[in-house]
Amino acid sequence: MSEISQQALRAEALESLLVEKGLLSEADIDQTIEFYNERVGPMNGARVVARAWVDAGFRERLLTDATAAIAEFEFVGGEVQKLVVVENTDSVHNMVVCTLCSCYPWAVLGLPPKWYKDPAYRSRSVREPRAVLQEFGVELDPRTEVRVWDSSAEVRYMVLPQRPARSEGASEEALAALVSRDAMIGVAKL
Amino acid sequence: MDEVLSPELAPPMNNGEVVFAAPWQGRAFGMARTLAEAGVFSWDEFRAHLIQIIGVWDRSAAMDADYEYYGHFLAALEAVLAEKQLLDAQLLASRIDALAARPHGHDH
Repeated sequence: MSEISQQALRAEALESLLVEKGLLSEADIDQTIEFYNERVGPMNGARVVARAWVDAGFRERLLTDATAAIAEFEFVGGEVQKLVVVENTDSVHNMVVCTLCSCYPWAVLGLPPKWYKDPAYRSRSVREPRAVLQEFGVELDPRTEVRVWDSSAEVRYMVLPQRPARSEGASEEALAALVSRDAMIGVAKL
Repeated sequence: MDEVLSPELAPPMNNGEVVFAAPWQGRAFGMARTLAEAGVFSWDEFRAHLIQIIGVWDRSAAMDADYEYYGHFLAALEAVLAEKQLLDAQLLASRIDALAARPHGHDH
């Protein structure tokens, strides 16, 4: 006997009604799911970060107008119509949240992890960012300023992490492999 | 924080990261994106309902209550479709009942 949750039944019922109405097909939905599972993810943001580390001109453009700067990558996935990239330095650490729901720059980071959407992260990252960062394992110098960026329907944020020490001479591709999703949300250091 | 991410970033399906914890979550997301891309509603219209529904939960639920993001997501999808007069709540309720009444072990 299979146990089907109430939510699963709701989704199934809704899908059957929408299919009957001719608003979509099962195959359309399959295709959309496959797209977000296989083509959109943080590997895109990692390429952006690596390029900013090796190309000062690109870094400048990225920090000025990230939406325009990443156009050359032709990423798919959306939600970057107004992307702002904030740079971590020795004196400033940035982290990103969406306090109201789950806004996130899909084209560069994929879909958000579960904890990003949870009430605890949404409320605590604003109230006590240092404590949250500590739980993620990020130890900051007390003199480091923490800036929390609240994503919205209008603006999405991504963090440009600091380039790891001892990565001189690494190729852009090798550098991209050093970048983690969490570092681009600002809850990890590299 | 308990999700595994391999050091080398790859598409979610390839690096062990769970995008959807249960199939119905993927169906809910897939329906909403498909309809938005088809212009049935805009993503901003959908998001306004999502923010409203999550806001009600945030203000009323106990701190340790279970939070099911995709449950809110599904409710927002229903709300935006109802707003567009494309979903009848009664019809949805009776369809849910009909599906729930299927014999156990049905193959779906």
